Amino acid sequence: MKIDDVLQSMQDKFGSKIIKVERKNEKRAYVDIYPKDVVLLTKYIFKELGFRFAIATAVDDFDAIEVLYHFADDPSGFIVSLRAIIREKEDPRIETITGVTKSAWWIEREMHELFGIHFDGNTDLRPLLLPDDWPTGVYPLRKNFIVPKRDSRKS
Amino acid sequence: MSHKAHIPIGPYHPLQEEPEFYKLVVEGEKVVDVDVRIGWNHRGIEKLSEAKTFDQSIFLVERICGICSSSHPITCVQAIEDLGGIKVPDRALYIRSIVQELERLHSHMLWAGLAGHFLGYNTVFMWGWKYREPICDIMETVTGNRQNYAMLKVGGVRRDIEKEHITYILSRLDEFIRHLDMLRGAILDDPVLHARLKGVGILTKERAIDYAALGPTARASGYDIDVRRDHPYAAYDRIKWKVITQEAGDVFAKVVVRIMEMYESVSIIRQCLDKLPNGPIDSNPKDIPPGEGIGQAEAPRGECFHYVKSDGTNSPVRHKVRAPTYMNFPTFRETVIGQSVSDATIILAAIDPCYCCTERMLIVDDKDKEILNVQELIRLSQEKTMKLKEKMGYK
Repeated sequence: MKIDDVLQSMQDKFGSKIIKVERKNEKRAYVDIYPKDVVLLTKYIFKELGFRFAIATAVDDFDAIEVLYHFADDPSGFIVSLRAIIREKEDPRIETITGVTKSAWWIEREMHELFGIHFDGNTDLRPLLLPDDWPTGVYPLRKNFIVPKRDSRKS
Repeated sequence: MSHKAHIPIGPYHPLQEEPEFYKLVVEGEKVVDVDVRIGWNHRGIEKLSEAKTFDQSIFLVERICGICSSSHPITCVQAIEDLGGIKVPDRALYIRSIVQELERLHSHMLWAGLAGHFLGYNTVFMWGWKYREPICDIMETVTGNRQNYAMLKVGGVRRDIEKEHITYILSRLDEFIRHLDMLRGAILDDPVLHARLKGVGILTKERAIDYAALGPTARASGYDIDVRRDHPYAAYDRIKWKVITQEAGDVFAKVVVRIMEMYESVSIIRQCLDKLPNGPIDSNPKDIPPGEGIGQAEAPRGECFHYVKSDGTNSPVRHKVRAPTYMNFPTFRETVIGQSVSDATIILAAIDPCYCCTERMLIVDDKDKEILNVQELIRLSQEKTMKLKEKMGYK
């Protein structure tokens, strides 16, 4: 399957659920979607088209939080990234995709602790990388997080 | 009454190379559940990268891991090249492939040694680490360093391979192959290792796909993926080589994949040296436009993945790093449960876990810094040995 056929099939199947399709080059495409449709589209790409879940990336875009889900099609060598834009920055929420693929288990835990995104339906959002005594409500990869000055030289 | 017992391993333990914490739940000697806690190595590379320029971020990601010190930079430069649509000269592409394959050789050799060590077969450990030396020597010849090669830059590579070095590289590769033949026989034909590794820690193909396992972990389960072939980069689409797969999914299959991959790597390096085109090694790009880019590369442990977003300034707005172990690690739940506790170490080691990659660590040390050269380090080491000898009563 070619990248154009995949993008066309998604547009035919989901119509208005797809906000924008950006075909960056012959290997990469970015598809903007609404956060509420993420499970539906993930299921289509992962289960029906058989793409591999490469990883998800959260981006703090100042007035919104974006979550990008990167899917790789190994037989044809291209990557489709679904971009869900969450406008509610105070309490960003999106449905979990761990029901579709277990490979999202750790990355959702990571995005939860580093960006404060809540994944509805994910029962295991324990800290992955940060220590257990990390203060709640402090998300280090948000743009408003200021890295504290190091004072470790005293010891 | 439940007969479950908990075995805590870590986070700091004299036998662990890196800090991690496993909680094994066992019933008798059977593992019934397992949990892992990482984070003791987390240094916030992704945040740090946002404060660096694009050139510095390559330097930064090189220091994520001491073993994959060309996989992260190549992925990062490819993400930036994808972002800016930057072309790379042919000669640089071939040199990139050579460095990548040398890294795979030394990493697989290092793993074979460690796996032997975990099984109590320390001869394999000694061999593996001894026969890795020719590769480190070649690395030093090609890049100037045994580790942290600093070879990659956006648009090309930093150093060229000199004509007179090619003969030396080929002769050291011949030496390496002789040792590899011996090691292959010693590992793959050993009935004790067959008994120890076959049928242990099986990851089925369905599970490998569901967990999106990568690299040798996936290929040993019959999941035929390899970034070098599927998403061609560097010079991999211009030479002949094959992807090694196995069907069994057990620890033994992972050993076979890694050992046979080393032969392919040697073949790739020889072909690259043979076909090495003349020309520049750097296209010297000047500006990084706004936009986003994705880079992928096949590290020794599987696909390395970087996402870089730029707003047109000289620093990335977001730099996501995903190391292969991050995807391979969660498969341990599928492979270790139901197995004997004595096999747990080798099952966990079979994915070749790399914690520093997974946690993207970095030591930032810019205050009160002390820079030592080789002679000073040797002097320090000798002084310490002398002190120890005195303390223990040796003359």
